[in-house]
Amino acid sequence: MKPRTSGSVVRLAAPLRALAQRFSFLLLVLASIALMMVGKIDALSVDNARARVTDAFAPILDAISRPAATAAHVVESAVEVRNAFEENQRLKAENARLLQWKQAALRLEAENTSLRSLLKATPEPPSTYITARVIAAPGSSFLRTLVVTAGRRDGVRKGQAAIAGAGLVGRVVEVGEWSARVLLLTDINARVPVVLEGSRQRAVMAGDNSDQTKLLYLPPDAAIQVGERVVTSGHGGQFPPGLAVGVVSSVGERGVRVQPNVDLARVEHLQLVDFNMPGAETEPSHETK
Amino acid sequence: MTLTLWQRLDKTGRNLAPFAVTVMLALIGLVPVPAPAYGPVAPFLTAIAIYYWAIHRPDLMRPGTAFLIGLLQDLLTGGPLGVNALVLVLIHWTVMNQRRVLMASSFGMMWVGFVLVMLGVACVQWLAFSALNATVLPFNPALFQALLTVAMFPAVAWILIRVHRAFLQG
Repeated sequence: MKPRTSGSVVRLAAPLRALAQRFSFLLLVLASIALMMVGKIDALSVDNARARVTDAFAPILDAISRPAATAAHVVESAVEVRNAFEENQRLKAENARLLQWKQAALRLEAENTSLRSLLKATPEPPSTYITARVIAAPGSSFLRTLVVTAGRRDGVRKGQAAIAGAGLVGRVVEVGEWSARVLLLTDINARVPVVLEGSRQRAVMAGDNSDQTKLLYLPPDAAIQVGERVVTSGHGGQFPPGLAVGVVSSVGERGVRVQPNVDLARVEHLQLVDFNMPGAETEPSHETK
Repeated sequence: MTLTLWQRLDKTGRNLAPFAVTVMLALIGLVPVPAPAYGPVAPFLTAIAIYYWAIHRPDLMRPGTAFLIGLLQDLLTGGPLGVNALVLVLIHWTVMNQRRVLMASSFGMMWVGFVLVMLGVACVQWLAFSALNATVLPFNPALFQALLTVAMFPAVAWILIRVHRAFLQG
């Protein structure tokens, strides 16, 4: 293999280049460590740089994520065709049950409205929904984030809740022009103030990079049962109270574990919700990312 | 030897192949795969590419290139900046130190070498993430990711050999 460069500059540059090559490894290692420091100290500008780069690559990621999604659909539909009959029976039964629930919900809504009018309670501001497709999920043992195809021009803002189907998925941590990054509930940096629906016990739900999350700051004598529903408490003004998050899956020596309602490995589309809460624009101080 | 403009362009294009393929692998590594428990152990594809090109064409895959690809990966995965850059530079450095041995050995030996490299990578990643989060994270996911990457090595290396032969022969 021949050296690629030749010419008059070599005479001057050769010793410098030899020196640079000898130290390039050391320099690059130091540069990496310096970048880690910068990321810790000036997280905001790193987030901005990251949003720009993600924006630039979003069209490519969008294009290459489509065949993968299609392939997954083909496999899934093949499995579903086999179980179509049982699935149909199950769905019919579930539909009948849900229709009853719908009646109950409509009745309660009417009752709620009339009671609110009696009390002169201020109604909650209406929420706006932005639906987006998941185009990237880092394959890493230590990160749980998603990149979605909606950004500032679609009305996405930092701090908005990301929900999918049965509940909360995460929170928007970084917004580009046409892409945004969602920090999932299971990421080690995620913290959500929650309340246990039955016992009204407050706690903070934290991710630890596993498939389940754990509850922090519970009193030692708290009576918590497996199967209890976990919903957002609304503290910190980030999310509205009562948003479904998960179900308590185990109570033991390793703490209280929560199984999120949504299968986070299979999220394909999600909704970014702006609850128009007062003060939601400000970044909470208890979160590091 | 004088080259015409087109020949020069062609040569430059071909010389960019290792870089382009590695960036492509970085992007493929980001595709969401709707399978349970896949995300945490998804193979570290760029590590394979850096390992391969550092052995076979170190003139086209310099440590600076490895650093830039790692940085791009850091920016796209949303992780702390510098971790992948550090890991890829370390892989490059390890290969450069053992290049004579690796060049002379068979594919099987290259694979064994990669196992050792990936074990080191798992340790560095685990240390870096633990230090940056100021906590002791479980080591197992990193180990499983390394094992899956090792298992994927022959398949990815086969593609890289194809690219090598198609673009950089002669």
